[in-house]
Amino acid sequence: MGALTRKAAIVGVGESDLGYTPDKTFLQLIAQATNRALDDAGLQKNDIDGLFSAGWLTMESIMIAEYLGIQPTYSDNTLSGGSAFEFHMEHAMAAISAGLCETALICYAETPLSDRKRGMARSFATGAPQEPEEQFEIPYGQWVPIPTYALAAQRHMYQYGTTSTQLAEIAVAARKWASLNPSATMRDPLTIDDVLASPMMSTPLRLRDCCLVSDGGGAVIVTTAERSKNLRKKPVWILGCGESHTHRSISGMPDLTVTPAKLSGERAFRMAGLAPSDIGLLELYDSFTITVLLQLEDLGFCPKGEGGRFVEGQRLAPGGQQPANTSGGGLSYLHTGMFGIFLLIEAARQLRGECGDRQVQPVKTALCNGIGGNLASSGTVILGVD
Amino acid sequence: MTADYKKPLPYIHSETKAYWEGAKAHELLIRKCRTCNRHHFYPRDLCPSCFSSDVEWIKASGRGHIYSFTVCHRPAPSFEKDVPYNIALVELEEGVRMMSTIVECSNDDLKIGMAVEVVYDDVTPEITLPKFRPVSPPARERS
Repeated sequence: MGALTRKAAIVGVGESDLGYTPDKTFLQLIAQATNRALDDAGLQKNDIDGLFSAGWLTMESIMIAEYLGIQPTYSDNTLSGGSAFEFHMEHAMAAISAGLCETALICYAETPLSDRKRGMARSFATGAPQEPEEQFEIPYGQWVPIPTYALAAQRHMYQYGTTSTQLAEIAVAARKWASLNPSATMRDPLTIDDVLASPMMSTPLRLRDCCLVSDGGGAVIVTTAERSKNLRKKPVWILGCGESHTHRSISGMPDLTVTPAKLSGERAFRMAGLAPSDIGLLELYDSFTITVLLQLEDLGFCPKGEGGRFVEGQRLAPGGQQPANTSGGGLSYLHTGMFGIFLLIEAARQLRGECGDRQVQPVKTALCNGIGGNLASSGTVILGVD
Repeated sequence: MTADYKKPLPYIHSETKAYWEGAKAHELLIRKCRTCNRHHFYPRDLCPSCFSSDVEWIKASGRGHIYSFTVCHRPAPSFEKDVPYNIALVELEEGVRMMSTIVECSNDDLKIGMAVEVVYDDVTPEITLPKFRPVSPPARERS
């Protein structure tokens, strides 16, 4: 077991207004989420001395600190895509353990739905002409992220016989969880046939294999083991973390069927002294159905190539053997562009027993896994309660 | 060749100039490390395997196979008229992988593992994009 396990805990979580928020900027949403997370913890803004954030604007975390009126003594702007907040958890745990800060705020918001309606859509992978992808991929009509994930899905199908029906199982399970979550965007019933009949986006991925586009943000407060014991909610212990990235462009991915979750997961399990069989609840990044399937394999919940069979029979759904993505996930709850912070928020609430109709019982351990970029980065966080 | 080509073109700099000059001359040039003998793609001034700066340009055979592909039903900006169009990851005989497009083949006939060879699309007077076509006609058209 690693020296950092149980040295820090999540003590507060909160989201901003979610869905479609055309009247609010991302800064307003971050402030809202932060206020709610502080209230959840019973802490004040001035208790925050560590700031961890990620966004697409230049020096965004500095901008956020100014807006919030925070002058941190520890600051981290790590931007690994959707996994950024799992990376931040590891960094916050390390900084808190080393005494470099005591109470960390991890926060983020984005408004891609409103931006799109205003004609301000932007792409995360491209822009600067000197980027290798601009030179060697974009001239061929590549765009991010649907075709790049489709390339991985196609390869997995070729190598392992994975089917579109198996991928659809993941979308259907997510919708069942969303139907139990009053905050979820898409709550109407969804069948495997519905998924298979939805418009083709980029073969083999169809519309319902793809996540939503939403506005929103979230905040997570992390503090020392000592301080966490006297706050409003019971501490959600950080048991283990791991992070890695293996490439940036999809052409550079060493093996299109293996994500860096293999590396980040191994490290997190080692730190926690746990194995996949010890995990009660999974919160996996579901930018696409294939993303979930690859993580299940890479994190060791089933052998490589068995993901398709593993998710059959609604194993991930309410009442299934392996509950996963209990908010409804990026596929049916919401997806703001970097979903990783919502994985942490949902896991913390599940571990505290606050999830109402969608509460998983009993659950003492949860694994969150964020994936960023073109299956490029992965951050694993294993959480637990006493 | 068309002067009013509106799709994105590569931004070429000193590190990759030889690659694009090669393409214009209808040669596929890739980098090979003289220290560890590994090839790499995209071209870099140092070997991403062993970090040696002793990397040379070699002419690739131009043959390979489709490692993966997707048929895009939603376009990248300026590819609207091409939908549905394919993008593919081609694994060259030298072992490196590059993104390209498969031409002279129906999207329905694309298969992972299909043997392909390079062809050159002179999209502007200055820029040529290496693309690939099946080495032999797809099975459906063979009979």
